[in-house]
Amino acid sequence: MKKLINDPDSVVEEMISGYLKAHSSIVNGLDANPRSIIKTNAGSKDKVSVIIGGGSGHEPAFMGYVGAGMADGAAVGNIFSSPPPDPVVEAAKASHTGSGVLLIYGNYQGDVMNFGMAVDILEMDEDIEAREVVVKDDIASASKEEAEKRRGIAGEFFVTKTAGAAAEQGYSFDDVQRLTEKANRNVASMGVGLSPCSLPQTGKPSFVLADDEMEIGLGHHGEPGVERDKLTTSQHVTERILNDIIIDMGLKQKEEVSVLINGLGSTTRMELYIMYDKVESLLKEKGITIYKSYVGDYSTSMEMGGCSISLLRMDDELKPLIDAPAKCPMYTQS
Amino acid sequence: MIQETEWKRLFERAHLTMEENKDYLCELDRPLGDGDHGVTMSMGWKAVSENIREELEGENDCGKIASTSGRTFLSAVGSSVGPLYASGFMEGAKRIKQKNDLSDEDLRQFWLGFINGVQKRSGADSGDKTMMDVLYPIQKVLNDETIPVESRFEHALWAAEQGMEATKHMISHKGRSSRLGERSLGFQDPGATSMFLLFSTFVTQATESRNAHL
Repeated sequence: MKKLINDPDSVVEEMISGYLKAHSSIVNGLDANPRSIIKTNAGSKDKVSVIIGGGSGHEPAFMGYVGAGMADGAAVGNIFSSPPPDPVVEAAKASHTGSGVLLIYGNYQGDVMNFGMAVDILEMDEDIEAREVVVKDDIASASKEEAEKRRGIAGEFFVTKTAGAAAEQGYSFDDVQRLTEKANRNVASMGVGLSPCSLPQTGKPSFVLADDEMEIGLGHHGEPGVERDKLTTSQHVTERILNDIIIDMGLKQKEEVSVLINGLGSTTRMELYIMYDKVESLLKEKGITIYKSYVGDYSTSMEMGGCSISLLRMDDELKPLIDAPAKCPMYTQS
Repeated sequence: MIQETEWKRLFERAHLTMEENKDYLCELDRPLGDGDHGVTMSMGWKAVSENIREELEGENDCGKIASTSGRTFLSAVGSSVGPLYASGFMEGAKRIKQKNDLSDEDLRQFWLGFINGVQKRSGADSGDKTMMDVLYPIQKVLNDETIPVESRFEHALWAAEQGMEATKHMISHKGRSSRLGERSLGFQDPGATSMFLLFSTFVTQATESRNAHL
């Protein structure tokens, strides 16, 4: 597959370099670690510090969400690989104010081990209190009975938004953690994959799918989903995915949700809005109200084709957090 | 016996082995994971090998060489192999602290420590289709009192290879590939394969060193 790059081994370094140059008013790098990114005024206000991170290749996730009202810092891993503990530790050290550090990441074995080691290092070597919220929103990745095994996908956007806003609004460490966990428990996502992406270093597709096939429930790194079918219409796919999410969340009439339609990289806005159109009418039919909507590329898999739907169940506590302003290089909300 | 310069050479040789097998490891990883295992191993071992010639150039403590290499590997790759290998090297290093040359018994202790370290971090059981399916058979042979100490590594290498091949008939229970369930059958585990390659490089170096010192 074609990619406009230089040396495949230095794509992450060159991306970070360009990113920091392009958005120098919002984000900074750190001398202590080339894979740490923090917001420019990190540490200037006494608040809980929110650190996110994960593999590269998911842009805007994760580094694109560093900024006011979102994360204070991010650790950038290799492509589709968890960052090691050091950039997490350095981002935390550079941004914390003594009010605690909350680490948010998706539920993948590598991330769990590396961020877990970062928590140990922060507590033992740096005397910084750190806690974790592990995002598990992909309902296709394990059954409800095994919800602890579910992976994190696009729904992490809502979890980060909640944490960032709660921290910004001056909530205590306990409350920021509680609210972030609440968002985490009340978000569910599911996707469909249409075409693979390729890793810069191998140039080979991450999975194989025939031209007329789609995979329901496909993961963000090409992990297999729940079933492989002939490609059908958008409304058919939307109905299928949305129903699974509604059942999994146990959503009832008169409940309110925020909606995220996320593109995986090469799926067009046109397709995403066609999907949103159907989501809106299906939710309306069921008497479920949409509180706030997001449509676009929020967590991609390089040039993968496909998209996902995420719903966040709203309540009076989460609403002002989702409404709060945010200013990041790859996402702004006023 | 392995001397400190040979111990260092082993880490550099491991890099060459991973570089040679980069595409093969990626190929094995494609049906089970992201298809990048060879890239990850090559990146990690490249950093280790470079660090042997830089930070560790004047270092002659074999324990320090192992623990620093583990940390270098971790910082270069993250991922899940990063913490697993780092835990292995750090635990193994504890058993050969401040030694400038390593006897067969030291090497045995190093590997037993390495295996313990990986096992504690991964929590994988035998048959989960992971690198532990190579490490458990090695552990068993290294602890086998019926085999003379000097020939245990050769036996362990054979057991490691059997362990690697057996992963073809296992269903994955750990990591990203666990989601595949029965679809993971028939494919050899890439993590088990790279672990076998590392161990094989190690045994080759140890045998060469032993012959050189005879």
